[in-house]
Formats: sequence, structure tokens, C-alpha cells
Amino acid sequence: MEYSKWAFWPGCVAKGAAPELYLATNREAKELGIELVELDQATCTGAGVIQEQNPEMADALNARTFALAQQLGLPLMNICSTCQGIESMVQDKLTKRPEYLAKVNAILADEGLHYTPGLVIKNFLWLLVEDFGLDRLKKMVTRPLTGLRVGPFYGCYILRPSSILGKEEHPDRDHYLEMVIEAVGATVVDYEGSKKCCGFPILTINRENSLTQAGNHIHEAQDLGADALVSPCPLCHLNLDAQQPAAKQVTGHDIDLPIIHLPQLIGLAIGVPPKEMRMDHHVVSTKKLLEKLAAAPVRA
Amino acid sequence: MKVKLKVKRTNPETGQSGYSQYEIEAAENVTLLDALIQVREYEDGSLALRCSCRSAICGSCSMRVDGRARLACRAKVLAITRGDENHEMVVEPMGNMPVIKDLVNDMDSFWAKMRQVDPFLQPEGPEPTAEYRVPNETMIDLTHTMNCIMCGACVSDCTVLEVDKNFIAPAALAKAYRVVADPRDDHEHDRLQKLSEYGGIWDCTRCNMCVEVCPKGVAPMNRILQLREMALENGIKNNAGARHTNIFTKSIEDGGRLNEVWMLPGSVGMFNLPRILKEMPGALKMARAGKLPIGQAIPPGFPGSHKMKGMDRVRNVVRKAASLKPKKPEVTG
Repeated sequence: MEYSKWAFWPGCVAKGAAPELYLATNREAKELGIELVELDQATCTGAGVIQEQNPEMADALNARTFALAQQLGLPLMNICSTCQGIESMVQDKLTKRPEYLAKVNAILADEGLHYTPGLVIKNFLWLLVEDFGLDRLKKMVTRPLTGLRVGPFYGCYILRPSSILGKEEHPDRDHYLEMVIEAVGATVVDYEGSKKCCGFPILTINRENSLTQAGNHIHEAQDLGADALVSPCPLCHLNLDAQQPAAKQVTGHDIDLPIIHLPQLIGLAIGVPPKEMRMDHHVVSTKKLLEKLAAAPVRA
Repeated sequence: MKVKLKVKRTNPETGQSGYSQYEIEAAENVTLLDALIQVREYEDGSLALRCSCRSAICGSCSMRVDGRARLACRAKVLAITRGDENHEMVVEPMGNMPVIKDLVNDMDSFWAKMRQVDPFLQPEGPEPTAEYRVPNETMIDLTHTMNCIMCGACVSDCTVLEVDKNFIAPAALAKAYRVVADPRDDHEHDRLQKLSEYGGIWDCTRCNMCVEVCPKGVAPMNRILQLREMALENGIKNNAGARHTNIFTKSIEDGGRLNEVWMLPGSVGMFNLPRILKEMPGALKMARAGKLPIGQAIPPGFPGSHKMKGMDRVRNVVRKAASLKPKKPEVTG
């Protein structure tokens, strides 16, 4: 393992509408022996929205988050595809424009902070595969998810633009979810929507388009026999889970598919009770999924 | 080197489609286009595809390879297969546009969207006595979009167009930026007003697909974001997209983290009751699941709204970040 202790940026949604993700992440990190130091004074990454009217403000706030991690001397972990993408984008911009970075650092100096390019920033998914290692994870699996059919749902910003997401060094990053699903003994459902947009960013702007996107992906995966979708992004989770009843109405597709967070998938496989990951606190019930799992054999 | 291809074929007369599989011997440095031409010349003369320059200049040979649009002439087979001779490349026509035959798309809708944004400069006032002068920084910025070769790759893979044919889509919106941001055009405000309507700049989900598939670095989505910034600077704020970005930014300035509860009323309009009521069943379901963040009940900016620790330091960064804004280049001459 390269790093065992990380500065942890939970993002807004895990502290708001997806408290189960926050809980499951902390729980899984503990089980896996990954030490997390939460950055409780870091701000939202801007999610690409602040960038629409004030990219400089978003750059400065993200640089501040990076500097807070560096102050602790730790790499930075996030649990949101959007956070990952934005953080990688800002990191790329600041590295390529040293004069701009100097101006940003002059602002951060007011609170004794400084960002030096080179900080390691990883979503929990990347960390799991690259630092923790899937072989190690496999050894910890006490309850292989044999027989469960799980569809990956990545979230755009952890995949694109690949030019700034370390694809050269880690060419398989766009397959990690499939690799994790297999590592915990489940079967991958291969469907077209897995790498498309969940529609969440335009939910309040063009509701019909947003929900049609979500509904179509769920329908496609369900049609191919998926028991659940798993995502490393809480924003996708909101549109696919919390908005699923609305997406059903808008698209007319007969959908009822549990959407689980990545740490919950890991938790199930290493024997964490579902209630301790608040799997009973989803809008789409996870009951069917858990019943199917309960019927599967447990490894001694 | 062995090259395996699975090509989607469409019969123009019956409209029926299926796949043809080919296996050929080709040189190590072969491009996908080379391979397809080899198939057409020596294996199956009925295979239809478009190509012309073979140098990523004409934009004719866009097609989907393993699910993503790209120029066949620019795609090295070795790079696609990562050296695995057993990797069968799935080659299909572009998406979001009708297929005429095999790998040939009907691009009428592409050109119609391009015309929709009036893709030419419209200066007003008296003719200048000498040439127009545009600042270097502006021309360098516009170069991104001027690189567009109209290949259609971004339109093919646009995830919004997939669900809404009314969306102007990335290529034409990038072209719109090219004229709006050019100081020689005098219709900036009107154009931005029109682009802010349904089907325009605010309907993009920012999924980055167009940035990923564009073979020329146009990065259409980034141009859409620039158009949004310009629309806001032009005071065009009476739409859900503009309100969304405003309430979002306000929420971070106020509390450091997003206030999710107030995003909906803040975006659709605080008094847009029919639209807010539409979300009520969903909100109730979230509340039942314990997913409504009660701590965010007070709207951003109001006394008692939810705030992160150390907001005074965040506010300092927000205030001073204004100094990072680039100065607008001056137009001379």
C-alpha cells in the first residue's frame, strides 16, 4: 500500500442528502485500515457550476483545499466523481500556469497556507484499486456477492476529460468499477449507459431531459438483468436513486433498481451489516437486493 | 499484424442492420481508416464509408469505434487494441444522426443546427477605413473553435442530444462562441439572449463527452461554459440555468458548502409553485428515507443559515479571488 493515511474531503452531498455515503465511507475505511483525517474547513469544489460565472473563485477555493491537505502532509481522498474531476481540472490549470498559481498562493498566504503542485488526489475508487489493492480486498471478502448482477455507473467527471485524469499512468481507470465488482464476487452488467451522464446537473433546469437520462440508464441495466447499480458519485446517486420514482413517471419505463454507493458494495462483501451503512435509508428499497444476497452461500 | 473488425452494416433500401466481421493482415502502423479501406478494396466492395483527406483535416471519416466517436484516419489500430490482436474493434456509424448506409451518416441535422446560430460575423456601424483589428489574446482564444473541422464527433456522442433533439448540441454552440466572442461581431447581447433559451447553453449537462471525443481540441463544453459566463455578464439572468448558478455560488459564499434544499426553489424561481409542487412527492420520499438535510432549512444569505467552520477565512478567499480575473483585452483601431 502506497498511502494508508489520507486527508478526507467528503464533499457536500455526503454531508447533506446522502448521509449514508458518509457513514459507509468512514466505516469501510476503518475496516480496511485506511486512516482518514477529515478536512472540516474545506469548501465545495464548485462542481463546475461556480466555474460558469466565477472560475477564479473556484480555483482559489480548490487550491485552498489542496493546501489544507498539504498542511497535514497527506494525500487527498474524495468520494465524489464530480469532486475528483474538478479537483483534477484545477490541479492541471494551476500546474500549467505558475504565475497564476503564485497569485492564488498570495491569497492563501493570509491564512498561512500554500499549495505546491504535485498533491496526490484520489477518489475512493482509485485509492481502493491503486493503493489498497484488489488482491488484498479479495482476501478480506467474507461474503462474496456471488450471483449478484451489478452495473457500474461512473459519473462523468471521473472519466472525462481523460487527458487530465492520469490515464497515461493508470490506463485502466475507466474499468476500475468493473474490476471492483468482480473482486467482490459479483457479476458485471455491461450496459451502454455506465459511462454516460446521469442528468443530475440539469435537474432543476431541464427536468424532463435530466430524468429521461437517468430513467434510460436504469431501464437499460435492469433490462439486462441488473440487481443494482453501484456508483462512486453521490450526485449520480441522487438522480438515479432519489429521483428514480420521478424518472419512472417521466420515461414510462417500469423501473425499480436499487442504487448503491461504492463503499456499501465493499461493506456488503466484507460482512458489514447493511443497516450500519444505512442501506435502509435509500429512496429505492434495497430489500430485494439484500434478500437475494442473504440466499447466497457465505464463505466459511 | 492481425486486425479484427466488427462493422455495423445498414441496408439503405430495407433499413435493416446487422454486423459483418472481418479479419485482415495489416502493417503495424495502420490506422482504422487504412484497415477499413483495405476491407473495402480486398474483402467486401459493398462496405460504405466516407473519407477524403486521410489527415484529420476534412472531417469526413467520423465514426464510432468501441462505442466512442472518432476520426478513423486519426485512430491508430495499435492504440485502440493496446496491442491485443484478438481485440475485435466494433465500428459503427455516428450516433444522434440518421444512417444512410453502413458507416455513412446523414448530416442534415448537423448543418441545420449550425445554421441556427447564424455562424457568421455581423458587424454594425460604418465600414472601417482600414482592416479590423482584434487583440492577440482574443484571436488565440478563438483559435480553439476555429480548429473545428465539423466532423460531427461531438454531436454523435452528445448525451443530451440523445434525449432531446431540440438541443443545439456542442458543435454549433462552439461555433456560436466563435462569433459571440469575436469583437468584430456586434450582436453579442441578442445572440446570448437567444442562446439562453430552451435547447441552448443551459441545457448542457457538462458531461465532458464532447471534450473527450473532439479530435481537434475544440473542447466544445468549455466554450459553452464561456458562453454562460458571458450571458451572465450581459445580465441575461431570467432563466433557470442562470438562477441555478447564482444560488449555487451564493450558497458557497454564504456557507462554504452547498445548500441542497434551496437549489430547487432558487433555480426554478422562488414563487414558481407549480414547478416546486412537482418535486413535492420526491421530496417527501427523500424525507421518509431520512435524506432531507434539515440543517439546511434556512436559505443561504438569511440569518441562521447553515455555515461551515472558519467561514471568515473562506470569505477572504472569495473576496480576493476577484483580483484573479483576467483583464478584458482592449480593442484598438
